[in-house]
Amino acid sequence: MAINTTLEALSDNGFGAAAAAYTVALICSAVEFSSRRTAATRSAGREYATVGAPGALLTRDGTPGGVPIVPIAGAQAGIGHIGRVGNEPKIPWGERFGKAGLLVTILGFAAHVFSIVTRGMSAGRMPLGNMYEFTSLICATVIGVWLAVKLRQRALGIGVFVLIPVVLLMYVAGAILHTPAAVLQPALNSYWKWIHVTTISISSGILLFSGVASVLYIVRTRWEVRGARPDSVWAKLPEPATLDRIAYRTAILAFPLFTFAVITGALWAEVAWGRYWNWDPKETCAFITWVIYAGYLHARSTAGWRGTKSAWISVVGFASMMFNLFFVNMVISGLHSYAGLN
Amino acid sequence: MSVRDDTHLRNDDQLDAPPASAPPPPPRGIGAWVAFARNIWRQLTSMRVALILLFMLALASLPGALLPQWNLNQAKTATFLINHPTLGPILNRLGFFGVFSSPWYAAIYLALFTSLIGCLVPRTWDFVKALRAKPVPTPRNLFRLPHQAGVAAAGEPEAVAGRIEAGMARWRRTRRSEPAGVLTISAEKGFLREVGNLVFHLSLLGLLAAIAVGKLLGFEGTIVVTEGGGFCSGSPSVYDTFRPGLLVDGTRLAPFCVDVDSFTAEYTDAGQATLFNAAIRYRTGAAAADATGTDGWTARNLQVNDPLRISGERLYLLGHGFTPSFQVTFPNGEVREASQTFQPSDGNLTSEGAVKFLNPPGYTGDEVRQHQLAIVGIFAPTAHSPGGVMTSIAPAPKNPGVAIQLYRGDLGMEDGASQSIFGIDQRQVDNGKLTKLTRANLMVGESMTLDDGTTITFTGYKQWVQLQTSYDPAQGYALIFAITLLTGLMLSLTIKRRRVWYRIKPGPDGGSWVEVGGLARTDQAGYGEEFDSLVDLARDRPPPLAKPGSSR
Repeated sequence: MAINTTLEALSDNGFGAAAAAYTVALICSAVEFSSRRTAATRSAGREYATVGAPGALLTRDGTPGGVPIVPIAGAQAGIGHIGRVGNEPKIPWGERFGKAGLLVTILGFAAHVFSIVTRGMSAGRMPLGNMYEFTSLICATVIGVWLAVKLRQRALGIGVFVLIPVVLLMYVAGAILHTPAAVLQPALNSYWKWIHVTTISISSGILLFSGVASVLYIVRTRWEVRGARPDSVWAKLPEPATLDRIAYRTAILAFPLFTFAVITGALWAEVAWGRYWNWDPKETCAFITWVIYAGYLHARSTAGWRGTKSAWISVVGFASMMFNLFFVNMVISGLHSYAGLN
Repeated sequence: MSVRDDTHLRNDDQLDAPPASAPPPPPRGIGAWVAFARNIWRQLTSMRVALILLFMLALASLPGALLPQWNLNQAKTATFLINHPTLGPILNRLGFFGVFSSPWYAAIYLALFTSLIGCLVPRTWDFVKALRAKPVPTPRNLFRLPHQAGVAAAGEPEAVAGRIEAGMARWRRTRRSEPAGVLTISAEKGFLREVGNLVFHLSLLGLLAAIAVGKLLGFEGTIVVTEGGGFCSGSPSVYDTFRPGLLVDGTRLAPFCVDVDSFTAEYTDAGQATLFNAAIRYRTGAAAADATGTDGWTARNLQVNDPLRISGERLYLLGHGFTPSFQVTFPNGEVREASQTFQPSDGNLTSEGAVKFLNPPGYTGDEVRQHQLAIVGIFAPTAHSPGGVMTSIAPAPKNPGVAIQLYRGDLGMEDGASQSIFGIDQRQVDNGKLTKLTRANLMVGESMTLDDGTTITFTGYKQWVQLQTSYDPAQGYALIFAITLLTGLMLSLTIKRRRVWYRIKPGPDGGSWVEVGGLARTDQAGYGEEFDSLVDLARDRPPPLAKPGSSR
């Protein structure tokens, strides 16, 4: 089958656009996050503005000693009533950056999906034939999950932490893993391949998102344990309960999908290699990851293992997933390196 | 080791309750041993130990991924041992190069599965009891529950209760009476969650059993067959390598015969393979047992990802390579034909091998051993010889050539030691018994002549395929258990378990006062809007419009 190079170039452009958009979105959400008010100080700030004693200032971070942005009563005391805000307060810059970041993320996601689809069309097959292609799908999945979560919880401001691994992976995919679109070697030419690799990639993407939430959970609880200083940047993170819920809900979505992917992998191995389980390094690592996530789900309902301990287990699971995706493929050779025939 | 959230199993008041304090006085004698054993058993079946065992299993699997393993790659493992002369042998003795068959690995998973059984049995029993029991009585104070509401309802308690029950078709529920005309309804939902949980864990046991049976009764045999050749399965000795299960003695292999007619590989211009196809004929059963018969052959294409399945045994195309052929004219004029499978050594199928003539014609007695002939070298399907050094630049046989080195003398085959079929014993060269002669690069049809007049012609090549017969009688069961495992997992993660209680008290002017309490015991699921609709059941008017937005 011939490769359509026009489509391939289009796909590469889409990928580049997505990577650029995610990078811009990362910067935007970093600005948003750093200028974000914490839950505690936000309410204090609001109260401060409504009380609006003469000379009081609405400050950037909501604390009385912060940098003033709009002098409320002082400037308007002469023309308006004391305690009333004359004009609608301007949308803070952080929020604007947040909105811009979200918009750019959505545009990047569209470009990304376009890139994946055209890549598949250029090679006349599902775009999951090599590391570049499935890293791309993993990134798209993370962004997709993030957008879905954001849709339900508009106030959730963890975009910057979701985008950091995605942007890293996008650059790794584009700069190191990228290969021209090509036809598949016979060992990969099976319909099991599409089922197996699609589900592995999507579940990896979701687990990556879950892992980010667990890391943030650990950071946030540590901040609380260390005195919950309101001026710390970590005060801006969502409540631990929220992060824990996000990590858990995404994990229970991804875990059955991952189980399914491993089972289809075994079915495919039976067809391609003559045995459904070979303890090939990739399989072994998938098994380890599976066991760790099984441990995570059990730990969450075991007294003495809830909270930070469970979150650590989730992070270890996430690490083993990433290790399996990259290190095992690139460093350790096994059946999954497709060095079998030829 | 199943998840302990005991909504249906225990009285909720006991959840998370600390164990009874004031330990009983230590028993003595046999009682002490029983107590000790019981204590160990309790420890083993506790969730904490199960979790630790689970992580030990993950940790113990790690060397299986990071270190080379004997059963996967012997050459790589041997190289690792040579490169790590101190650490290697120690690791080898500890079983780190065969992790998944090592005793310590078995110890971990057996302990884990014992723990699992120890947890599953009582839990299944509890579940069966809970299935037969009525939903627990309504707590005295419903307002202590996480979800509560109180509503005034029109109608007598009896009518209100009937209305509520009519709206709870999918709940397990029971109605009880309290003094002073008070009615209560206890209801619960989500039993499938526990069913899924139990099915998931039982499936793990089933899967382990299926794997074990496969290890006991299965086998794998590989064989290299050149185009035009074939083999009949039926005895392990047919195969080049045979890996039997622990209970396989090789006497009960299902007989089948396979002939390989031809092999085709297709490549892109860049040299990437797109198709491997072996045209084979096979026959099974009684036809195969009749060695002289010619009946019952079925033609089939055997491809990667498309094995042949014959009554439980499966035949796979695993590899391919080349078998160069040579014609040798000895000094006495006698002509011998010989061909030998060569071993691919790179991606372009540059293949190494040796053709040995142990009984050269025209010699007798000790002279025979002094005039044995060996053709040692490489075969290149697309030969390229810059500066006379031949390599292959493409895997397809477009320009086949051989680069061969000739040896004459004693090949050392009579001392009983085994030799590689792909090379000669270098010690025979070193001790002078084997003489190194000339070398040459030959294309198909070209010849070379030795000092004694022997001519060697490279006449062509055939292709060989490596086939594998696999047998695992339990793999179908493994699949079934994998499916039930996944189904159970999904049930146990998605089904939400709820309890709800109503206390309906007679109110003034023929009305009722209804207290509702709800408890959602599922991890992180919450009750959401469902509780509101349960409260609405008590009212006699239609429920208000759906609440705007999600409260989650």
